[in-house]
This record gives sequence, structure tokens and C-alpha cells, in this order.
Amino acid sequence: MTYLYFPGCSLRSTGRAYEESLLAVCRKLEIPLHELDDWNCCGATAYVSIDETRAFTLAARNLAIADHLPQPDGSDPQILAPCNACYMVLAKTHHFMESNAEVRAHVSTALHAGGMTYTGQTRVRHPLDVFVNDFGIDRIAKKVVHPLKGFRVACYYGCQVVRPFSEFDHPVYPMTMDRLVTALGAESVDWPMKTRCCGGSLTGTIQEAGFRLNRALLKEATKRKANIILTCCPLCQHNLECYQQRINRRYGETINLPVAYFTQFMGLALGIPAKELAIQRLFKPPLSPAPAGKQEIHAHA
Amino acid sequence: MPDTDSSHPLRIGFYICHCGHNIAGTIDVASVAHYAAALPHVSVAREYKYMCSDPGQELIQKDIRDLELNRIVVASCSPLLHEHTFRQAVEKGGLNPFFFQMVNIREDVSWVNDNPAAATVKAKDLARAAIFRVSHHRALDKKHVSIHPDALVVGAGIAGIHAALTLANAGKKVTLVEREPTIGGHMAMFDKTFPTLDCAACILTPKMSAVRNHPNIRLLSYSEVKVVGGYVGNYKVTIRRKPRYIKEELCVGCMECIEACVYKEGKTPDEFNQGLSKRKPIYIPFPQATPQVVVIDPATCIEFKSGHCKKTCVSVCDRGAVDFSQKEETIDIDVGTIILATGYATFDPKRLPYYGYGKYPNVYSSLEVERLVNASGPTAGELILRDGRHPKTVGIIHCVGSRDRNTNRWCSRTCCMYSLKLAHLLKEHTEAEVYNFYIDIRAAGKSYEEFYDKLLEENIHFVRGRVAEVTDWAARPSEEGKLVIRVEDTLIGVVRRVPVDMVVLAVGMEPSADAQDVRRMFNISCSTEGFFLERHPKLAPVDTFTDGIFIAGACQGPKDIPDSVAQAGAAAAQALTLIDTGEVELEPNTAYIAEEFCSGCKSCLGICPYTAITRDEIKGKAFINEALCKGCGTCVAACPSGAIRQHLFEDDQIFSEIDGILADDNLTTAGVER
Repeated sequence: MTYLYFPGCSLRSTGRAYEESLLAVCRKLEIPLHELDDWNCCGATAYVSIDETRAFTLAARNLAIADHLPQPDGSDPQILAPCNACYMVLAKTHHFMESNAEVRAHVSTALHAGGMTYTGQTRVRHPLDVFVNDFGIDRIAKKVVHPLKGFRVACYYGCQVVRPFSEFDHPVYPMTMDRLVTALGAESVDWPMKTRCCGGSLTGTIQEAGFRLNRALLKEATKRKANIILTCCPLCQHNLECYQQRINRRYGETINLPVAYFTQFMGLALGIPAKELAIQRLFKPPLSPAPAGKQEIHAHA
Repeated sequence: MPDTDSSHPLRIGFYICHCGHNIAGTIDVASVAHYAAALPHVSVAREYKYMCSDPGQELIQKDIRDLELNRIVVASCSPLLHEHTFRQAVEKGGLNPFFFQMVNIREDVSWVNDNPAAATVKAKDLARAAIFRVSHHRALDKKHVSIHPDALVVGAGIAGIHAALTLANAGKKVTLVEREPTIGGHMAMFDKTFPTLDCAACILTPKMSAVRNHPNIRLLSYSEVKVVGGYVGNYKVTIRRKPRYIKEELCVGCMECIEACVYKEGKTPDEFNQGLSKRKPIYIPFPQATPQVVVIDPATCIEFKSGHCKKTCVSVCDRGAVDFSQKEETIDIDVGTIILATGYATFDPKRLPYYGYGKYPNVYSSLEVERLVNASGPTAGELILRDGRHPKTVGIIHCVGSRDRNTNRWCSRTCCMYSLKLAHLLKEHTEAEVYNFYIDIRAAGKSYEEFYDKLLEENIHFVRGRVAEVTDWAARPSEEGKLVIRVEDTLIGVVRRVPVDMVVLAVGMEPSADAQDVRRMFNISCSTEGFFLERHPKLAPVDTFTDGIFIAGACQGPKDIPDSVAQAGAAAAQALTLIDTGEVELEPNTAYIAEEFCSGCKSCLGICPYTAITRDEIKGKAFINEALCKGCGTCVAACPSGAIRQHLFEDDQIFSEIDGILADDNLTTAGVER
């Protein structure tokens, strides 16, 4: 199984650490990735609220490219979209193309004009789903060389990876990442905020609203004695990590929590060097990399 | 000439019904009648406003007499509704009732077509096909089977109890089978009943002991039906009696053995108390259990687990009722009619993780709260939460597992009312502030709305909105240590956070976990949601599509106690009708063997879904039991030598019907004969 990697805009900018760690983990697990040729912007959530047909066409162009790249064994192509927004938008486009004849007719006409055809064969997948359900949590557990003892992880899924398309987990209380971090030797914290909104782009537009939402997430994670938040979305990671000091100043809080990508966390447990996992790109490096020869990695006290 | 039993030339009468506007509003009935009149062998074609009315039927009978008709076609509604009516009319007119064919131009044409021209063409096509077909109909005899006077009732909740008592009081012998060690079902677990607030046990236990003492009722508790064979009037049923390890005829329910058990305290979650208390391996489910007989659970009894128990239970019983060697028993009975009253399951609230059931100790299901407020419940009626506190605020969340596209779409009908009842009881027991979170209050029953009114005056709070989640996320100091209910209050248009000490989830009603197995065993159907399917939702609500098998209570759909009892009475009346008639007429559309072609290959034996086919070993041919055959036609299609045929679905009948459908619209004089 080769996955067609769809980086989207974030993984080459604010989410570089996500891309570097994702690719490192896939190399380690020997999961073949092939970057989708000539991919374009997914349109994110903004475009569809302005012009539905054009937004769907933009996203469907990616699906149409993938449609003609079947697996070596003939099975359907699979796009791997690590950004939650890309994942949701591509999945939503696929859903509308399959269920709404009017959308499909408009979009197909537009694609035809560019010499492309959409067949609907491509499946859209998120790395969290692929690692846990395709590769298998037991196989991952067997490859752990540095069990991540001492970490109390607040697993943060964000809104888009399980809603509205609950392809691989529960829409309100998902457990995939919690199961994964447990398999990596860490402890997952019971945290009721795991799919609650991080504010998305509100931190850049209506900051008061965005900060209020992030404050609730960070405060509750701190209260539950989490010592790290893990995310699977570049925007969530950015929001939760970058505004902690401003939130502290504004609300008189003392929040100080590292926020990393789940792929970085996986990589550490699998024994990948911190540098390859782009740990240094985080504002608040959470981890003291294991001294040579030591078999465990410990969290900061 | 087609193969008919009549030496007269074919004289067909065709009748098309307006059904008020139902048919005539879409189809040009006059044009269809005019068209049919010109078809071969049609002697008369008429239209009439309501063919099923007495004058309509009289029209057919008069034409049979005056015009010497020998075949009748009626184009009207579905045969499910009126085929029987018209067959009777034809018979009264002096013809064999099967010289008749019905065309459904209402459900199949006018109701599903908004183009009058196209609908009229389709009606003509269908009429032509029926006219071609009816020429090949043969006279058939009606067949009857006798009805065994005894009845079986499966499930002894309130519905099964009421049905069994009704039959027994009418002098019929009834076998009542209950899976659990005691009868009483869910109703026995309830504390009070709405809207009268009389105690459930007080009104139920007299009926339970009436069952126990009735000379016409044989009660088989802790038993399950394993095999059902036979057909209407003549069912053969095998029942498995699970071993209680107590001799039922010797035990008087003194409970000394329970006292004497080597376990000083119970260790196993008590099923009857919803796991809120513990029971011993030897126990009686509740004080008024019927039969008042102890039961031993071999999964937790030391003697069964190790074989090294002191067996204090045996030594203390001076009646010698304890019997560790008891084995499972099988009982075979013959009955004519069966009433299924197998009840329902409550929705498992763990399926909705955002309500925190199983995660937060003070989140309860409604059935748990019934036990919690009950005087013989785990806390003797004192409301103590799992964490030992007494609640000062309680939130009752309605529609948990009901009216929800993600779980069950249906309204469970009882939850609004029992939530109101629990709100009243909780207020009465604790003086707590009680909140109801509801979507709509459905209080449609006698005195139900008045009960709701009364609660509004008791200072119970009502918040309209489906609760989003129950969380221990405290956003402000006043929420610390509380469960917070987050809900959009749709009446004031804000999202509210209501901190409470106790959450009650008003769980909905679902089909029992094994409803599909039961359905298969009794050869009945389920509707899409999994409840047993009635023969007609309005006019045959307790009948099933299998003759002689009736359904009552919540196995047919969510129901409260009054409705369950009413339905149980109706099911008993339907069974009594069959029993007292003594025999039943069978549909004639059964399969039969043309023995000269049958090679005895047995291909048909395994595929018959009704096990109606056996092999006559002397003749070496297949044999079809007409009483068991439902006329599904599977064997007819499967027989490799074409030896199986079916009354009313003979090859010439079907082929001429196809010819009729495919024939040219303009056909007027082409032959009907093949």
C-alpha cells in the first residue's frame, strides 16, 4: 500500500515539524509515501463559504489526479492528508461528489474543461487512522524502543478529524490517539476537551474569542495534570502553542504546557533522533532527549 | 380453449373502482373500462365509485347471474385489503372464488403516479394482463385445519401475564414460559407508575400470584423456547428448563439456605437491582418473586467452581430441596396458538460517551433510579449516590437513545412520563432541585397532561433542549465537584451550564438483544428498527404474518403499561377466536407435486423456508404439507424437473399474464389463448 501524500499549505510552513516528523515515522515504519503530483490548495474551510462550486472544484482536482493513480495491486488510491482541514475538506468534497448529482455535474464539467476526470475511487485518510488501523497499534507497540513513561498526555483531536465524517472514531469522544500514546508507554489523561474548538483562525481575526477558547483547553489540561498536549492538526498546534504567554497575561493564568505533534511523540518512542523529528522547531521543547544508552525518555518535572 | 373446469365459453366481467378520488383522481377510469370491454372474451366492463361497498359487490353478483359470467377481474386497491372481499362476492354469485383476479391500480398506479395519461396507460396494461391471466384460472377447493385448544405465551412481563390470565380465565390451558427465575418483567422493577403514582408491585403482584395459582396455567420459569415446529393450530414446541439446582416442588421460599450460604455477604452484582447491590450465589431475585423459589447461580457458587464447599445450604434445608445434580430438562408441548410477549431492552447509555455513563459514578440510568427510590431497593429507598452523597440538584436528561439519528430514530413513548414520575419521586425523597432537559414533552395519554401540569406546580425545572454533554469540566468555582450539564436552552436561545450532583439518563426502549433469533424461531418478521412486525399497523396490530402467532406488549414497539395490557388482552382475544372457531381456512396458493415428473432428488427439501417438504420414502417422491406451505414459490422455481407447481401461479397463468403486459395497446381481437 502506497499512500499519496497531500501536504497542503501548512505542512510546508507553520507545520514543518509535522511534515518532518511524519515523514521520519513513515520511513521508520516502512510505510511508503508518494507525494501527489501537481497537488493544489484544498481551499480550506473558508472558500466553500464563499463559492461552493469553485471550492469543490478546487479540492476535487486533487481527487481527480489521485483517481488515476491506482495502487500497484490494483486497489483504490488513498490520499494521506495530515492536516485536519485538508482531510475534512477532501473528505467532504468526496462525500458531496458521491451524494449530490448537481455538485458532481458542475464540478465534472469544470474538470473536463481542464482535461481531467473524477471517478470517485480515491479514499481520503488521516495519518492517525493509517498508523493505528492500517499499520496496527500492536505492531507499533512492538517497535517502541523508548517507552515514554512519565508523560501525562492530553490528546487533542480538534474538531475536523472526527466531525462531520466519523470515518475511524467517535465524533465526540474519540480514543484513537489515546490508545496510541498508551501503546507508546505514556499515560493518556481523561480530558473532556479533546474535540472542543481551538478557535481555528479566530486567533488571527477575533482574538478575544480565539484566546478564550484556547484558554479553556489549556487550563483544563493543566488542571488534569497533563504535562504535554499532542495534536494531529497544524492549526490546532499553532493556536495552543503560540498564544500561551498572551493568554497568561490577559487572563492572569500561569499556563506553561508543551504542545507537540503526535508524530513527533511517536518518533521519540520509536527511537528516531530528536533532530529528525523537528523537536527544535517547537517553542517549548517538551522532551529531554534520551542520553546515549538510556532506554527511557522522561518528561520535564 | 384454455384449460378450465367449465365447459362454457369464457365470459369475463371487468370492474374498475374509483375509490373516491384515490383512483379516479388520477386514472381515467371510464377510458380503462371502455378499453377492457373491447378485449377478447370480456362480456361486460363497468366502473363504480366503491367496488368494495355492498352495492359494488352486488353489481358483480347480479352480472354473474344475468350475464352468465364465469371469470371476474376487479381493478381497485391492494389484494391485501380486499381480495378476500371480492372472492367472497364471487362465491356468493355462484362461481368458484378462485375464478377471480385482482388488479392493484391504487397503490401500484394512482398513488405513485402524478401523470394522468401515463397512469391510465399503466392501468390498461395491468387490466389487460389480469384479463389474459384469469382465463387460465382453475377451480380450487378451500382447505381447513383444526386448531389445538391449548395456547403458549412466551414472556411473563405484564403483557404475557395479562394474556395468559385472559386465556386461562376463558377456560383455555396455557403454558407460560419465562426466561428469568421470576415472572414480572420490567414492571416488577419499577417503583411507582405514572400518572396515578400507585406502586408497581402493589398492582402487579396480585396478578403474579394469580398466574402461579391458576389451575389452567402451567408456569415454566427459568425456561426458554428452543424449537418451534408445525403450523397454525398445530404447533409443536420444545422448551428447555434451565436447572435451578433447587427442587421447585419442595422449596417454599423460606430463604434459610440463603442465610446459611458460606458467603456472608453478596459478591455478585444483583441483576434485579441493576447491579446497585450484591447478591449471593444462592438467591431469590426480589421479595415478591414468583415462583417464590430460590435459584443457584453455578458461575459463582463455590460448590460448582471447586466442588469443595461445606454446602451449608443443603444441611439447613429440612425439606431437602437443594439438588446440585439437577440437569437441564426438555419439555415438548402441542399448542394451537402462540402469543409472544418477549418485551424490550433498555438503551445502553454507554453508547453515548458524552453523557458520561460508566465514567462519572453519579450518572444513572432511569431503571437504576427506579431501584434506588424503591423501598426494597439497594438502599431501602434512601437516595444515596454512588459516592455516598445525597443529591441537592438532579438533572434528568430525556430522549437518551431516542429521537436520535445516530442511535434510534423512534420516540420511546414512555420516557417523558416516567421522567416526570421520577422527577416527582426524587423531589419527594430528597427535596432536591430537579431539572428536566427535554426536546418535547409527550404526555398524550389519559390524565398524562394533567400529571405534567401538576409537576409544573411542584417547582420542577424544565429546560427545553437536547443536552450536548455531561462533563466534570468546571469552568467556574461554583461548578467544582459537580457534574455540569451543557445544553442549549432553545426557549431563551442561550447555551446553559447547569451544575448538578446527580444525572438521570432517561434511556429509551429497544428491541431485545435476541429479537432476531426469536423472530426466526417463530418465523415472524421484524420492522426495520427490529421490533416484531404486526400484520397491519392499524387494523391487525397484534396479528403477525404467521397465522396463529400473535404479539403483545413492547416486543412490538415501545409501549407503557396500559397499552401493553390492552394489547395483551387483544392478542388473547385473537387467540380465543381461533381456538373457539376450531378450524382455520388455508390460502389455496400452495405448491404441489406432479408426481409423474418427480425424481425424488430432494433438491427442494433444504430450500423450503417453512420445512413443509418431506420425502415420501415409499414412493420415492417429495411430499408437500399444505398446512405448512406459505406459497412462497421457492421450490417451484428450484425443482430441476419442473415437478413442483403452484396453485394460482401455474405456468400458463403467469405466461398469459406476461403476454398481456407485453401485448400491443391497440390489441382488441387477438386471441387470449396461448
